[in-house]
Amino acid sequence: MAVLLFAEVTNGELAWDATSKAMTAAKMMGDVTVLCAGAQASAAAAEAAKLEGATKVLCAEDASLGHRLAEPTAALIVSLAGDYSHIVAPATTDAKNVLPRVAALLDAMVITDVSGVVDADTFERPIYAGNAIQTVKSKDAVKVVSIRTSTFDAAADTGSAPVETISAADNPALSEWVEDKVQETDRPELTSAKIVVSGGRGVGSEENFELIESLADKLGAAVGASRAAVDSGYAPNDWQVGQTGKVVAPDLYVAIGISGAIQHLAGMKDSKVIVAINKDEEAPIFQVADYGLVGDLFDAVPKLKEALG
Amino acid sequence: MKVLVPVKRVIDYNVKVRVKADGTGVDLANVKMSMNPFDEIAVEQAIRMKEAGTVEEIVAVSIGVKQAQETLRTALAMGADRAILVVASEDVNTDIEPLAVAKILKAVVDEEAPGLVICGKQAIDNDMNATGQMLSALLGWSQATFASEVAVEGDSAIVTREVDGGLQTIKVKMPAIISVDLRLNEPRYASLPNIMKAKKKPMDEKTPADYGVDVTPRLEILSTVEPATRAAGVMVGSVEELVTKLKDEAGVI
Ligand SMILES: Cc1cc2nc3c(=O)[nH]c(=O)nc-3n(C[C@H](O)[C@H](O)[C@H](O)COP(=O)(O)OP(=O)(O)OC[C@H]3O[C@@H](n4cnc5c(N)ncnc54)[C@H](O)[C@@H]3O)c2cc1C
Ligand SMILES: Cc1cc2nc3c(=O)[nH]c(=O)nc-3n(C[C@H](O)[C@H](O)[C@H](O)COP(=O)(O)OP(=O)(O)OC[C@H]3O[C@@H](n4cnc5c(N)ncnc54)[C@H](O)[C@@H]3O)c2cc1C
Repeated sequence: MAVLLFAEVTNGELAWDATSKAMTAAKMMGDVTVLCAGAQASAAAAEAAKLEGATKVLCAEDASLGHRLAEPTAALIVSLAGDYSHIVAPATTDAKNVLPRVAALLDAMVITDVSGVVDADTFERPIYAGNAIQTVKSKDAVKVVSIRTSTFDAAADTGSAPVETISAADNPALSEWVEDKVQETDRPELTSAKIVVSGGRGVGSEENFELIESLADKLGAAVGASRAAVDSGYAPNDWQVGQTGKVVAPDLYVAIGISGAIQHLAGMKDSKVIVAINKDEEAPIFQVADYGLVGDLFDAVPKLKEALG
Repeated sequence: MKVLVPVKRVIDYNVKVRVKADGTGVDLANVKMSMNPFDEIAVEQAIRMKEAGTVEEIVAVSIGVKQAQETLRTALAMGADRAILVVASEDVNTDIEPLAVAKILKAVVDEEAPGLVICGKQAIDNDMNATGQMLSALLGWSQATFASEVAVEGDSAIVTREVDGGLQTIKVKMPAIISVDLRLNEPRYASLPNIMKAKKKPMDEKTPADYGVDVTPRLEILSTVEPATRAAGVMVGSVEELVTKLKDEAGVI
């Protein structure tokens, strides 16, 4: 079995956490070749060569591959697909955009958000917002699979695979990039942070959200939010945790002023330790919390910051 | 311009999902079904474009069991002009995978020649997040997924997308597929007079065979089980107690 792992490359840099976790899953399917694609990709390819489990790294650098536009990126992967039994990527928004396109072009059914690899043809994936886990066996000649990274450990960085430069496929030129709006932050990345502090509608305003952020900074944590908090403008969209946001599984998840709707739980219930602070003792979040504190967050959070010194 | 909006009938998002004890799937008998929430947003987007004068006709399509006509009536009551129901299964528990759905939608697009297809980014039952991208591939069209803002300029659409790092804006050539995210708009409720009017709007009924599409699944579902449940936690009485537990018992800070 030969696996092509489509690495997560953002602005020329390898997203180590996402790619190395997908590597752990990919290794269970066969020998892994890593593909780094982008307007700049050689630095990412050099990084990817260290992934334990990589037998080879392919580096495709071309202006058309910048900004991870779906059409040229899918065309590149399809041009390589003949050599592989599996095409795998971490389930980031980039891969969710590209992989189904690749699968349809190969007349295969995509298998998204895989949380377990049973064997090279058989995969587990959560459905219904994580309320059920389905085991599916693919009958397709080529398996196109995205990996829910929160359920896999990172592969080690002790590898030394050779890097080979390849060219881009023809660009269908159907779309162009206009702009990115990205918040620069010194905080750890939400999906790889050891601690995540999240705020919900209970926080009440964008100004009050500062309270959540300062607690996060005290703990060296990433900041998350419920959909209600994002919809209300308290927090940016890329902080949303849940069924339709990011899926996180940190060592510690602190949910503050979040009721615990099933769609939110879908994104955090695999966290090792969950703390909930909510003034409503009936809030469903307490059903998944290891430690629950009933109380007003405007009283509890400042105290918590103080207690942490 | 004509717009095609695929809408899916799914278990209502408020319903607590129950996995069948024999592991064959989720209990869908006698539970409340609704339009996939993302598809309501897609319908709303099409209606707003019609109200703004960029769109002349909105065609809603659903692929599934006969009861999906209720979902289509909802789309018509919101403001779609006509509907196509593709009855692909008699049994509410039969699978129609995104690849097969995309193939049927491609055939519908070939017949209807819309300038835009607006679909949901994911269906909340199977959470595949695949159909729009697959349709776009089969048509050789551009795709703009996870849209939180859409503007049409000449023969292009300017779409802002919700991505991991924040927001990305791209310009896609039309015809295009747009898959919508939650924050694009707030869908309207259908008014009673519009619900009455929707009953008279045309709804065609087709089968996959009419489009020459084989809907045999590529994925064999071996089992569907409940996820592992978390062990019950404890309530703490104070912030001090919480901090002590996190330090000494859980060892996470
Ligand atoms: C298709 C779909 C997809 C969705 N996807 C997601 C998703 O990905 N992520 C997500 O989070 N949601 C998602 N949702 C929304 C979800 O259903 C809930 O509406 C949302 O999670 C609620 O957010 P919340 O808990 O912040 O708000 P609420 O439910 O309003 O809860 C606020 C909580 O704060 C508490 N509170 C208020 N004031 C205080 C105070 N002073 N001190 C302490 N506690 C206080 C209240 O007791 C309450 O429990 C989705 C919904 C749909 C339909
Ligand atoms: C009759 C029937 C019974 C099913 N029973 C089960 C079951 O028991 N268990 C189970 O796990 N799954 C079931 N499914 C779901 C099925 O297996 C497919 O996964 C599903 O049709 C497509 O996957 P998705 O909804 O996750 O697609 P996504 O790619 O997440 O959907 C994205 C968007 O594509 C459009 N779309 C998708 N499907 C349709 C459709 N059918 N009609 C119109 N537009 C659509 C919508 O705009 C939607 O928002 C059933 C489907 C049907 C039609």
